[in-house]
Amino acid sequence: MPAALTFEGVEKVFADGTDALAGLDFRLDHGTFTAVVGPSGGGKSTLLRLAAGLLAPTAGQVIRTLATPGPGAIGYVFQDPTLMPWADVRTNVRLPLKLTRVPRREADARVADALALVGLDAFADRYPLQLSGGMRMRVAIARALVTEPSLLLLDEPFAALDEITRFRLNDELLRLWQLRRCTVLFVTHSVGEAVYLAERILVLSPRPGRIVADIAVALPQPRSAALRTSRPFEDLSAAVSRALVEAIQA
Amino acid sequence: MRRLAGLRRALPAALVALALLAGWEAWVRIEAVPTYVLPAPSVIARTLWQDRAVLAAAWLVTMRITLMALLAAAALGTLIAVGLAQSRLLARAFYPYLVALQVTPIVAIAPLIIIWVDSLWAALLICAWIVAFFPIVANTTLGLASADAGLKDLFRLYGASRWQTLMHLQAPTALPYFLAGLRISTGLALIGAVVAEFVAGTGGSASGLAYRILEAGYRLQIPRLFAALLLLSLTGIALHGLMTALSRRLLRRWHSSVVASEH
Repeated sequence: MPAALTFEGVEKVFADGTDALAGLDFRLDHGTFTAVVGPSGGGKSTLLRLAAGLLAPTAGQVIRTLATPGPGAIGYVFQDPTLMPWADVRTNVRLPLKLTRVPRREADARVADALALVGLDAFADRYPLQLSGGMRMRVAIARALVTEPSLLLLDEPFAALDEITRFRLNDELLRLWQLRRCTVLFVTHSVGEAVYLAERILVLSPRPGRIVADIAVALPQPRSAALRTSRPFEDLSAAVSRALVEAIQA
Repeated sequence: MRRLAGLRRALPAALVALALLAGWEAWVRIEAVPTYVLPAPSVIARTLWQDRAVLAAAWLVTMRITLMALLAAAALGTLIAVGLAQSRLLARAFYPYLVALQVTPIVAIAPLIIIWVDSLWAALLICAWIVAFFPIVANTTLGLASADAGLKDLFRLYGASRWQTLMHLQAPTALPYFLAGLRISTGLALIGAVVAEFVAGTGGSASGLAYRILEAGYRLQIPRLFAALLLLSLTGIALHGLMTALSRRLLRRWHSSVVASEH
């Protein structure tokens, strides 16, 4: 079975001369959860935008082999919730289905499912301005999942949230991934978050970004809060941190 | 409760008006100022009532032109803005001429338009429209170009068509901008209608409030002049209030200019 996502010698140089990524090679197997850790401004978002096809690489190629190709095969969660402020929660979550012309009746059922999945069924009629930051992010996740994507891309989605909300959403994301088993690529600058969530961690160097470490996270699933203070967790975090520090100093 | 709060907010302005009117009335009476120089508020009020038939007819004429011009400004202005938003080339080619049309004083163009256009009514409408349309074009163009970058990515990710992006992303983003433009245009449409009437200066079927003001001035019917002026001001204030209410109504759930933060 081919990988869900393959980067082959991917380079990205922007028109203004910014050298964002230099020679990325990796493959993500179907149904895996991979985190990308790197310094801020290190081309992590560029990597995700390339994976989504929102950007074209300067050199090399990005190959997606998804179970259901076409629009809706990829879910994307941004750093900000990026909701439409003029639309209620239900309409926001329905947007991908509307844009991909899913019939109304089917769309309604899938929106209800997605909202139930993130525990927001009671808030379907609220507007984004009436929600807390954590709830807005859950709406964004529901919207990304509503098309049942086979590839889910997340760009530091919880960076702006307080720690308690972030831990809770980490657990929710893991639960959703167990449920849906899509391929997840999660970008973060938090080492702890990467270790807690992922099965595998790619460490990205500062700009121009390249992968300097590929670390397998052999921690049991499902993961729980107790793991955060366990010895293996701390060892792995230390290893990832070391790789990150080496990359920055190199 | 809310109505009470609204009353309390309006109280200071109302007290100022009352004090000004009382002072005006007292001064005119004590100094025995002749009515053809400055009529007392009570005289103006009486004239407003006595001349109600003439003034109401004139008010209807001015209102009709103002509202038609505003409607045309909103419709054509939005259409022009959508056109300009479609391509940068189109915007670069036509925007300077729209600006030129806006900055040229309407009193200078109005005589030409009145000569060129046979129907006086249509000429007045065109004049008012020229004055009113620009804020809507400028604001809506800005609004259409202000869509959130993340949402634009999202629309691309799901393969949205140009039409879908316009209807579901650009148009809602532009709505508050459009409404701000509409509010400015409302005042301008009234000013445009009045200026055009002044320039046209004709009576008959198209004699609006501005013409009545001009006529009253010539005939030294100063109380009537003031009454017509008062009517014009009140109309402007009412239209502005109406547009503000419309704007609040449309944006009440989502725009930070209206929604008080609950968190």
